[in-house]
Amino acid sequence: MAERNGMVEKRGSGLWLTHLGLIIGVAFIFFPIWLAFVASTVDQQDIVRPPMPLLPGDKFFENYGRALVSGVNAPVATMLWNSLVMALGIALGKIAISLLSAFAIVYFRFPGRKVFFWLIFLTLMLPVEVRIVPTFEVIANFGMLNSYSGLILPLIASATATFLFRQFFMTVPDELAEAARVDGAKPMRFFFDILLPMSRTNIAALFVILFIYGWNQYLWPLLITTDPEMNTIVMGIKQMFPSGDDFAHWPTIMATSILAMVPPVIVVIGMQKLFIRGLVESEK
Amino acid sequence: MATLKLDNVKKSFGKTDVIHGVSVDVEDGEFIVIVGPSGCGKSTLLRMVAGLETVTSGEVRINGKRVNDVEPMDRDIAMVFQNYALYPHMSVFDNMAYGLKIAKVPKPEIAERVQTAAKLLQLEPYLQRKPRELSGGQRQRVAMGRAIVRKPAVFLFDEPLSNLDAKLRVQMRLEIKALQRELGVTSLYVTHDQVEAMTLADRMIVMNAGVADQIGAPLDVYANPETEFVAGFIGSPPTNFIDAALVGGQSGRIGVRPEHIALSDTGLLTATVGYSEALGAETLVHLRTGDGAQITVRQDAALPIPGEGETRGLSWTDENVMRFDASGLRQH
Repeated sequence: MAERNGMVEKRGSGLWLTHLGLIIGVAFIFFPIWLAFVASTVDQQDIVRPPMPLLPGDKFFENYGRALVSGVNAPVATMLWNSLVMALGIALGKIAISLLSAFAIVYFRFPGRKVFFWLIFLTLMLPVEVRIVPTFEVIANFGMLNSYSGLILPLIASATATFLFRQFFMTVPDELAEAARVDGAKPMRFFFDILLPMSRTNIAALFVILFIYGWNQYLWPLLITTDPEMNTIVMGIKQMFPSGDDFAHWPTIMATSILAMVPPVIVVIGMQKLFIRGLVESEK
Repeated sequence: MATLKLDNVKKSFGKTDVIHGVSVDVEDGEFIVIVGPSGCGKSTLLRMVAGLETVTSGEVRINGKRVNDVEPMDRDIAMVFQNYALYPHMSVFDNMAYGLKIAKVPKPEIAERVQTAAKLLQLEPYLQRKPRELSGGQRQRVAMGRAIVRKPAVFLFDEPLSNLDAKLRVQMRLEIKALQRELGVTSLYVTHDQVEAMTLADRMIVMNAGVADQIGAPLDVYANPETEFVAGFIGSPPTNFIDAALVGGQSGRIGVRPEHIALSDTGLLTATVGYSEALGAETLVHLRTGDGAQITVRQDAALPIPGEGETRGLSWTDENVMRFDASGLRQH
């Protein structure tokens, strides 16, 4: 006990130091975001004239209103909607497909099962950027340019998620599948009634990761959307930047940036509760 | 209610033969225990009856109907698994009701059947709980409840008590027996624990390396083992085996149960006393004979306990001797 008390005392001084370190770290990360927020609430003149203001101005509603309704190329509201559809489509699509393929690989014995698994696994090494030209060709030939399906489908297959679900399914005791079989559950019934509810914490965690992955897609939407109505928010921000002699309205751009951050933050905070609760409850 | 018939059932995994042909007729309402050491094929045999393993050759008949190629759910069986295999995300009620829901039993009837089973198993207060909120014994009961509500023709138990602690195991053993009596359902029960086998079985099947060495009522098997393996496996402490040549026999070995050997000054054989275990009501004396064989003698606690290193004679009467030939078969 004495030793343990000693350790606690020793931690006392260290506690402040670590907290100080952490606070500095947080401030370091947070400061640019704060600056962006400040810049989104002031006049163009305030930004252009040094020094930059450090406290929010009074143009919050004006700037955000303008960004949402008109934007620079396309209204931010439209771009947000496009991004939302794409991110949700990618996240949900990836989860659905990888759940099913993992189910097939773990629970069914079919010829070439191992081969297919390794083929899926192999695609981990081929990110979108590597296959972007042929993928573009395929999507263009299908006439899916400037469409949601064109934005979503090429990004939907996921080796990572398949692998993750495979590993999880392999930890589910075989006896559970056998019990379900004795109870009369056909394979898909077992999948929906037993496996899916048991995977919900994994699904939640993956959803967060994949939503942000989809939300942050930049190169692919840039390639296949030419119509401003189909722009996504992340590429939209880049397109707002002035090129050549254009004049940029920075408060609007900053407001757009802040708006672009909101949905991922909501998803992370909202889902965090679900998957932390899931991690605490161990059930198997 | 139902009969179960296994007719020369065999199982191979690839080229490895696991079960070399088991035949047994189980009567309606009979409690059959399959007992054997790990790897003897007892679980495989049960799983073939359940339909979870294919039958390589031979026939499984439930109520006279050949079920070799019938899906588990259509065999009219219910199974209790070793680790209970409860659905973790479902309440106790839903766990028990799941099979009935799939069978599209009307809701009021499901509720009624689950209630009846829960009452029988004293699970009523826990119906809304999740399996993880239950103790091991309660989970075991839920697993049995899930089997009971289906009103199957045959109950299959796959080592259902091996995950419980010793005290609970004894209690659940009694409950299973009482329950089976009450419901009168034909049951097949797999265990490696010979005490469970002795206490539960109407008849038991002693499995050894994929062969049913002996099938019979527990006390018959205990009194008249057909093979050396059965004599050694059933009974605790196990039967003592002595080289027949040492006591004037010919080839093979003789077996004498620990309770049938008495320590004396002179005997048929002499042995050196090792350690003794005083268990209260009885004492187990472990000895070693001249050729190095271990002998255990079970004697009444009132008898004096010999000191370590003493040489004592071992005596027994001829009627208690079981003679086995070189291949381990009983000679009568």
